[in-house]
Amino acid sequence: MNELIFFFNNVVVAGVVLGSIYAVGAIGVTLIFGILRFAHFAHGDMMTMGAFIAFLLAMAATALGITTPIVPTGFLVLPVAMILAAFIALGLDKGFYAPLRKRGARPVTMLIASIGVTLIIQGAIRLFFGSGTYSFFQTEQKQLIRIPVPLEGVTRTINFTQPQLLMVLCTAVAVLALHFFLTRSRLGKAMRAMADNADLAQVSGINTKLVVRVTWIIAGSLAAMAGTMLALDVNLKPDLAFNIVLPIFAAAIVGGLGQSYGAIAGGFLIGFAETLAIFNWSVLLRPIAGALPFELPATLAVVPTEYKLTVAFVILVVVLLWRPTGIFKGASS
Amino acid sequence: MALLDIKDVVGGYGGAPILNGVNLAIEQSDIGVIVGPNGAGKSTTLKAIFGLLKVSEGSISFQGDEIQNSLPDKLVPRGLSFVPQEKNVFTSMSVEENLEMGAFTRSDDFRPTMEWVYEMFPVLREKRRQPAGELSGGQRQMVAMGRALMSQPKLLLLDEPSAGLSPRYVIEIFEQIVKVNKAGVAILMVEQNARQALAFASRGFVLATGKNRFTGTGQELIADPEVAKSFLGG
Repeated sequence: MNELIFFFNNVVVAGVVLGSIYAVGAIGVTLIFGILRFAHFAHGDMMTMGAFIAFLLAMAATALGITTPIVPTGFLVLPVAMILAAFIALGLDKGFYAPLRKRGARPVTMLIASIGVTLIIQGAIRLFFGSGTYSFFQTEQKQLIRIPVPLEGVTRTINFTQPQLLMVLCTAVAVLALHFFLTRSRLGKAMRAMADNADLAQVSGINTKLVVRVTWIIAGSLAAMAGTMLALDVNLKPDLAFNIVLPIFAAAIVGGLGQSYGAIAGGFLIGFAETLAIFNWSVLLRPIAGALPFELPATLAVVPTEYKLTVAFVILVVVLLWRPTGIFKGASS
Repeated sequence: MALLDIKDVVGGYGGAPILNGVNLAIEQSDIGVIVGPNGAGKSTTLKAIFGLLKVSEGSISFQGDEIQNSLPDKLVPRGLSFVPQEKNVFTSMSVEENLEMGAFTRSDDFRPTMEWVYEMFPVLREKRRQPAGELSGGQRQMVAMGRALMSQPKLLLLDEPSAGLSPRYVIEIFEQIVKVNKAGVAILMVEQNARQALAFASRGFVLATGKNRFTGTGQELIADPEVAKSFLGG
């Protein structure tokens, strides 16, 4: 039983947390691809930028004494950070992507431009914050939640941190809000229409420029949310989310590009796959070690932790072989 | 004053012009049909009206106002609607959501219009929760026309509504078009089934190499031996 709880803590909890971050990031990637038809490579850095905005706001809030003992300050300032990030995303579009779109730039050109934006954002962050590591929990404690399992002989407890619990709740709220927006509101439906058939959306009189703006607002604010969640779980540094932009793209592609629900499914699939792959199976097998035909090594994982990122690509290749346009049948190009 | 009046329109996609002086006039009660050989500029004429390509010379006026080179999001509220030939439904969205998208420019209650569309195409009411991509070709065409009617247009532009449909559906869709027209919507359509379409057209236009060749009522054009010989296959 203790071994199962170890498995729960290391795979289920970690998988849900990582999956939430990937899913929220991948929704933005997939929305931008669906509406604007290009791979927004700078999405990871929009996440990092959002996290730094939240960090600044959290410091300001702490200095002003706006804190509560219930919620970490990082979560308290998250809505404000999301709004600011949405404005910055609109600014980035206006400054870099809109002029290219106007000239009818190809998706490849847009992709290269977004790599440029990546460098700009990373440069700007390093300019102001240096290349050091920051933590949201310099003045406050990360609360650990331990749930004892009322079974005989069980000594381990189910463990997760309070930020982890909150980020899963935040993800659920964001996903539900997005679902209702896309299926119930006029503008949300127009977004789906434009992702489905941009020419017909224009012909129907849908204000495509408005839809593009809304897309950046949603993608920018969700990026800030995902970035802040990641920074609350690990530490804040200038290349925080740049390192996970590849699994996020893999999640969006696995789910089917342009499909929001696909991005959520893809995010959790890849999150769980990564935590399962680096899990030390020896712990689970130890009670039956005597019955095994081989000697149990100290660590028995599918891949070493350093190679975690490769898991995303294995999943990507396997899923695309089985369904070439992703689980939810996304755009093929 | 004609509802739609096109005078000597020249235009294209940037290179050599495809339209070299098209003239067209449609009244509110009309069903206008544009026929002609491939590459004559039939679909291009519709696209020029709808602001989808650049008009470099001539004028297009709708209800007396010049509208050439206006974009669709300005034209739809004015009372123009366009059904493209291909990819004319949102395949991943339900039939009802397709219709809603047609009403995007309206801020008033569009439910009566939706009811009117469902009465015109009863099969759409049955399938209203189904994704439009799962429907047959003829039903898709109805969704496309329904979507275009949701903005309560005064003039409906149809690009080859019978393309790819079986003969039985061609007749059905033509009947629907006459029904829409009887409800007070002027129609301007491009058709390959020229003889069939001209039979119910109150105005026919024969286009060739981007210019009007013949203009008249549908019956006149069918009766004209020269039109029949060159454009209707004898």
